[in-house]
Amino acid sequence: MQDATLRGALKRMETGFGASRAAAVARLPEFDELRDRAVEIRNHVLANLDFYLERFEREVIAQGGQVHWCATAREARETILSLCRKAGAKTATKGKSMVAEEIALNPFLEANGIQPIETDLGEYVIQLAEQPPSHIIVPAVHLSKEQIADLFAEHHAQYGKTERLTEAQALVAEAREIMRQKYLDADVGITGANFLIAETGTTIIATNEGNGDLTQMLPKMHIVIASIEKVLPTLEDACTLLRLLARSATGQEFTCYTTFSTGPKRPDDLDGPDEFHVVLLDNGRSAMLGTELQDALRCIRCGACLNDCPVYRSVGGHAYGWVYPGPIGAAIDPHFIGLEEAYDLPAASSFCGKCESVCPLRIPLPGIMRYWREQAFERKIAPAPQRAGIRLWAWVARRPALYRIGSRIAVAMLAKLAGRKGRFARLPLAGGWTAARDLPAPEGRTFADRWRTETRRRAS
Amino acid sequence: MKRAPLEVGLFVTCLVDAFRPTVGFAAVKLLEEAGCRVSVPEAQTCCGQPAYNSGDRADALAIAKAVIAAFRGFDYVVVPSGSCGGMLKLHYPALLAGDPSLRDAAADLARRTYELVSFLTDVLGIEEVGARFDGDVAYHDSCSALRELGVQAQPRKLLDSVAGLRRTELPNAEVCCGFGGTFCVKYSEISADIVRKKAESVVASGAGTLLSGDMGCLLNIAGKLQRDGARVAVRHVAEVLAGMTETPPIGGSRA
Repeated sequence: MQDATLRGALKRMETGFGASRAAAVARLPEFDELRDRAVEIRNHVLANLDFYLERFEREVIAQGGQVHWCATAREARETILSLCRKAGAKTATKGKSMVAEEIALNPFLEANGIQPIETDLGEYVIQLAEQPPSHIIVPAVHLSKEQIADLFAEHHAQYGKTERLTEAQALVAEAREIMRQKYLDADVGITGANFLIAETGTTIIATNEGNGDLTQMLPKMHIVIASIEKVLPTLEDACTLLRLLARSATGQEFTCYTTFSTGPKRPDDLDGPDEFHVVLLDNGRSAMLGTELQDALRCIRCGACLNDCPVYRSVGGHAYGWVYPGPIGAAIDPHFIGLEEAYDLPAASSFCGKCESVCPLRIPLPGIMRYWREQAFERKIAPAPQRAGIRLWAWVARRPALYRIGSRIAVAMLAKLAGRKGRFARLPLAGGWTAARDLPAPEGRTFADRWRTETRRRAS
Repeated sequence: MKRAPLEVGLFVTCLVDAFRPTVGFAAVKLLEEAGCRVSVPEAQTCCGQPAYNSGDRADALAIAKAVIAAFRGFDYVVVPSGSCGGMLKLHYPALLAGDPSLRDAAADLARRTYELVSFLTDVLGIEEVGARFDGDVAYHDSCSALRELGVQAQPRKLLDSVAGLRRTELPNAEVCCGFGGTFCVKYSEISADIVRKKAESVVASGAGTLLSGDMGCLLNIAGKLQRDGARVAVRHVAEVLAGMTETPPIGGSRA
């Protein structure tokens, strides 16, 4: 919160996607019906996940592709590496993929002598900056144009681009020019998938830059890395979800590019990869089925819950400490990295409920955060003084007579201490509150006390 | 034949009880003027949210059971808070869903429970109040009232019936103020940053008085406005609707 550039970036967000989303929703009267339909589709898939995944695999094979089932992040990394080696790859272009972030694919490929090249502009920028993404759909949202200009000036000099550009359009043009050759040079193209279609074996990506198309069309091998819950029964279902996705993410009616990939290049096709592989990642997701966390598997990674979250807008994405930031991260990160590690994420919420109200899939995000808080309390992961404090308070709150006397005394003391000023600028044990704001003082007597007087007066 | 008056149990809330008893008396006045018979059961303390939101489900459950018992028999239970109202109306049934002996009692309490202003408008059908208040006011929507209970138009409608009152809307009205119960002390820096923005919105609105229906938000926003030296008076909406504004505003100095 002390970083001025980050504050500026987060402030820009406040009038950005959240407002665009609200306008897009207002333009579509059937938005809520669409949400209901999408929730039904996703719940149905989650209840029949094995069926749809097996159907998806059969169709991929029928189209000449291959499916690789990976239970863990490590298996997925190694599968992708061996595919890259089989293709004799030195470089791999990459479309934007949160699942690739989740399995930490880039450092692994680099350590094994294969250079991954991010082709989504935001991902490219943070790859140069050697930073993780800070947002699900706008990974470099935390950086300013000036910081990006510095990064390009530093890293593009090797291509003979020595002038430091300042205009956004010129920066994009320069990145595009450099990227063009990388697409042609790459031996493997790796993309994520927004959806997998069981009836056709198709994978779908939604982008706004067209980088995904070039990533998957030009190299001789296309690898799709996707998690298992991305599967949908039919293309019609995908249309329902895509309409929700674009509006919820950026406020667009549809993304600029929606790309469908079904198998490798066929004999009559002009272009396309020779090999088509889908790496299906579980990484703990099947263990969420049938638990309080299952609803979170409906997520389509639109980022709406981040854009409208007051906590995310204050701390930014990196503060969450893992791949998925914002309310959805607070709901699922503890499952992936352990509640001990991620304790603060579900705890640091005012439960304002805005995330649940904008979630296109109606995921009960505050409810899932509360589930984690109960886990943290039960498993004694929440700090001991906090647990003891709450138990003590509750012990008193369960004894109305004692509570009345206690609060009467405390309130009288506070009111006397505040005197005529009516508030506290500082108060022992209330430093968290008074560091940034005054504490209004109680009026003087509790309501319970005054009401007793009042009822006696009325009776007489 | 004249109908018997509605029997209303007032759930005062712990923050009104301790910090702002005037709100309790304003609620009683509004309800009695509307023809209700108001009782304040002595067995009440708090709705249990501090425990519930801290993950202490066992204590939250025990408090919920006590509240359900204390408010049996009333036609309605009225709460001058969206947050505590939401707890009784939505979260008690969730807490007790697995308890066959109390599930129905929780659902019954939920059915009878209303946030104060929405009770006046939606149940009693009140469209105007007889109060007078000279000044520009803005109404802050508490998150629970807005998103859990659908309270948005009701307080605005009644405020617009107050003589002399001019109402303006806050920019970013739907955004949280950063109170969040124990959140505001557990994560005080984040909470402080959120309330900073809310206070800026209040000042930008140009209103001389800020009203809301939840004491948590009011203490938070008032404390921040006062720290910043802003000349905005902060009050619970019930005080203005009941015409009980002779008490100094929340956190204001006393004569």
